[in-house]
Amino acid sequence: MNFAVLQFPGSNCDQDCVHVLQNVLGHPTRLLWHKETSLGDADAVFIPGGFSYGDYLRTGSIARFSPVMAAVKEFAADGGHVLGICNGFQILCEAGMLPGALIRNRSLQFRCEHVYLKVAAPESPFTASVPEGRLLRIPIAHGEGNYFCDEATLETLEENKQILFQYVDAEGDATDHANPNGSLANIAGICNEAGNVAGMMPHPERAAEPILGSADGRLIFESLIAALEKKPEPVPA
Amino acid sequence: MRAKVIITPKREVLDPQGKTVQSALEHMGCAGVGEVRVGKYIEIELDGEREEMEQKLNEYADKFLANPNIEDYRLVIED
Repeated sequence: MNFAVLQFPGSNCDQDCVHVLQNVLGHPTRLLWHKETSLGDADAVFIPGGFSYGDYLRTGSIARFSPVMAAVKEFAADGGHVLGICNGFQILCEAGMLPGALIRNRSLQFRCEHVYLKVAAPESPFTASVPEGRLLRIPIAHGEGNYFCDEATLETLEENKQILFQYVDAEGDATDHANPNGSLANIAGICNEAGNVAGMMPHPERAAEPILGSADGRLIFESLIAALEKKPEPVPA
Repeated sequence: MRAKVIITPKREVLDPQGKTVQSALEHMGCAGVGEVRVGKYIEIELDGEREEMEQKLNEYADKFLANPNIEDYRLVIED
C-alpha cells in the first residue's frame, strides 16, 4: 500500500500519522504539501489533525480551498478511501465531503484525555478488523469536536450506518457523562453515504503502539489496510 | 461601500459561549437579561455596483463566510 498524508500550514499531527503508517505498519507513506495538485499513486489519503490556517473563521473552513483538496475530492468521488482525523474531520465537513459540522465543545474547554469508543458500524472499511464488542481506548485533543447536524441528517446517518464511533464509558454505554464535547448521539466519527470517506475526532495515530499506553488505534489503520488489500484492482481502460 | 456580515449560531444549535456570557451578565447583577447568542461580525470593503455586490456577498456567505449547518447570517450594505 502507498499512503499520502496531507500537510496544511498549521497541521501538527502529520508526522505522527506518517510514523504509524510507515514505521509501525510498514507501508510507504509520503507527506503531501497542500499546494500539490495530484495524490500520485496513493491508495488512501489521511488528513491529519492540527490547526490548519490557525482555525481562522471556523475550524477547517480555509483548508478546503487548498489545491490538494480538489484532488482529494476527485479521488473520493472515484471511490478512494479518505480518513480525516480531528482537524481532518473538521476539514472534510467544511469541504462538504461529510455531513454536519463540528462546533465548540459544550464545556468550552479544550479536552485532552483518553476516551472509550464503541464501534457503531462494524462492517465499515475503517472498523472491520476491530473484534466484536471491543471498546477502543484512544485519546482526544480538541476544543471543537462537538458534532452537530440537523435531525433529518442524523436519521439518515443512523439508517445508513454512517455513525462509525460513539463515545462510551468503560462499560460500553453511550452515556451523557461519557460524552466529552456534547456531540449529538455521542458521535465521535462518521462516514459518507458511500462509506469511503470517514472522519473522527479521536486520534488513532496517538494510540498505535503499546509504549504510548494503548495500541487500539492501530485497529482502525489495520481495518483500512485489510479493506484495501481485498479491493479488486481497477480494470485498465 | 461597506458590507457588514452578522453571523449567529442557529437557534437549534447549542451556544455554550452565549450561555456563559448570559450567566456572567447575571452575576454582574444585570436585571432583565435573557438569552445571549455569541456570533461573528465581518466587515468587507466593496467596490462595485450595489445590487451585484449584494448578490455576490449572499453567495459568498452561503458558501463560505457562514456554515449553513450551524449558522445564520444577516447582510447589511452601507454606502
